[in-house]
Amino acid sequence: MNGFFDLPSDLQHSYLGLVGLHLREALLPVLAGLLVSLPIAQLCVRFRWIYPPVLGITTVLYAIPSLAFFVVLIDYFGQSETTVMIPLALYSLVVLVPAIVDGVRSVPPETLAAAQAMGLGPVRRYFQVQLPIAVPAIVAGLRVAAVSSISLVSVGMLIGNQGALGNMLWNAQTYHRPALAVNSVLTIAVLGILVDAALVVVRLLLTPWMPRKGAAR
Amino acid sequence: MIRIDGVTKRYPDGTVAVDRLSLEIPDRAITVLVGPSGCGKTTTLRMINRMVEPTEGSILLDGRDIRQQPVNTLRRSMGYVIQNAGLFQHRTILDNIATVPRLLGWTKQKARARAAELMERVGLDTALAKRYPYQLSGGQQQRVGVARALAADPPVLLMDEPFSAVDPVVRKGLQDELLRIQDELGKTIVFVTHDIDEAIKLGTKVAVLRTGGRLAQFAPPAELLSAPADSFVEDFLGADRGIRRLSFFPSRELELQTEPIVAIDAGADRLASRATAPYLLVTDLDGRPLGWSEPDRLTAGAVEPDRLLDFGRPFVPGTDSLRTALDGAVLSPTGWAVAVDGEGRAVGVVSQQVIGEAIRAAHGRVAEQADVGAGR
Ligand SMILES: Nc1ncnc2c1ncn2[C@@H]1O[C@H](COP(=O)(O)OP(=O)(O)O)[C@@H](O)[C@H]1O
Ligand SMILES: [Mg+2]
Repeated sequence: MNGFFDLPSDLQHSYLGLVGLHLREALLPVLAGLLVSLPIAQLCVRFRWIYPPVLGITTVLYAIPSLAFFVVLIDYFGQSETTVMIPLALYSLVVLVPAIVDGVRSVPPETLAAAQAMGLGPVRRYFQVQLPIAVPAIVAGLRVAAVSSISLVSVGMLIGNQGALGNMLWNAQTYHRPALAVNSVLTIAVLGILVDAALVVVRLLLTPWMPRKGAAR
Repeated sequence: MIRIDGVTKRYPDGTVAVDRLSLEIPDRAITVLVGPSGCGKTTTLRMINRMVEPTEGSILLDGRDIRQQPVNTLRRSMGYVIQNAGLFQHRTILDNIATVPRLLGWTKQKARARAAELMERVGLDTALAKRYPYQLSGGQQQRVGVARALAADPPVLLMDEPFSAVDPVVRKGLQDELLRIQDELGKTIVFVTHDIDEAIKLGTKVAVLRTGGRLAQFAPPAELLSAPADSFVEDFLGADRGIRRLSFFPSRELELQTEPIVAIDAGADRLASRATAPYLLVTDLDGRPLGWSEPDRLTAGAVEPDRLLDFGRPFVPGTDSLRTALDGAVLSPTGWAVAVDGEGRAVGVVSQQVIGEAIRAAHGRVAEQADVGAGR
């Protein structure tokens, strides 16, 4: 009884169950954020003048505390995972939009000119040239967004056990079991590191064309 | 044939990049657009594949306005090569080259086979096929750029300063390779450069543009050098256009002397019989030149090759021009040029005076032809 990984029953999950829940609540919003950011970023590249206001909006969204979002969202989605994930998705935009814009803009103009001259239309240029070349920048953005999302999920505990591993912090107080808090913080940190490492691997797999450190030119 | 007909390009900011330009670009030849930076060369080239639309005028390809076909169809029928190659950094060399064939719907296998064939054609080792652009040198990347442009066998090739960013030695190699490929394939090439030497070396016809996008002269390179249309063209050609013009005169008819040539093992009587020449060219036993010497400094059986005078750079009569021959004569301290055959064996020597007479004769012939051409 009361081993390090034994959790109070009101958490309604095993330790591994909580880990799975935590990853889902943290990473689905980042995925949604990515899907929303791609078209927004493309608009920002195409029409330069909308980039500054878009950046302003994402920054303001990021500055709104999640509690404020919860107050509004609970009316629509109740005390649910969705209520926790919507603010997280919005927060991810503040890193993802500029990351994608920078990535797409990093495509050398002569590469784009060559693509155009070879008869690749705008859609092909985007999917076959700009997006693949932007992958390193996009993954760099995803790493920041994912790790911060993993740590932010914990606030979900405030709306009734929707904070996944964060809920253990609450239980640590209620049951006077500080070990639960230690477990929660350590697990979240380890998840952050593992997800970050996984994204690095993804980038390496997607970009065999990037100069490796120490490779001769 | 590509016909540029009274074309003007005014950019939205008011810059007139090209001003009422008309050019007839011959088929199966290299037409060079040359001029100072900003004179509208890139704009002109990009109007041919509609990356830039003219403000006025029209461009005809084989008699049809280029606006009559879908823009991407037009572009896929025109290879395009640019400075720094503009390769797709995220694709292998083979897939870079296969781009247009794939767009045209070839199977992956067929497109790649074609790409491999082109790598050989442009002098790239097929072992590089699976590499990425960052693993290649600048010169190799440029070759990939040329191969990529040729992949779907387009009749037209547009080249925008393709060799400007590589060092002079590599550039010369790329230029020679282009001329060789052109000999084999006979494309209609429009080649943009700001380098007049490159223009003269590559161009069948050269269009000199002046700032403001106006045509200054459109002529074969030899005519440009012998009869520049105005002082702008003359200045642009540079101070030594007289010397450079010699590149267009063959050395075939130079009268070569063979008496001043002696082999290193020549006996005393043979040396004595040649002593009237001011200098003797000593060759090795295969007949390859070693150097010059004054006859009285040669002792039979005791010639030390190290003590001979430099023989400059030899020329190959028939292949090289009078410019190369003159260069050889000027480089040699004796003032004589050495003629060699394809294997580098000395076939004769010729003095500066004789080369000078040949130059005068060649000028005379050009003037005569010009008179005939002008109906005089
Ligand atoms: N997109 C553009 N908008 C406005 N001006 C341009 C644009 N592209 C080129 N120009 C101007 O047009 C002129 C010709 O440019 P360009 O054709 O690139 O010259 P070149 O290739 O001979 O150096 C220059 O003065 C250049 O600044
Ligand atoms: Mg240019």
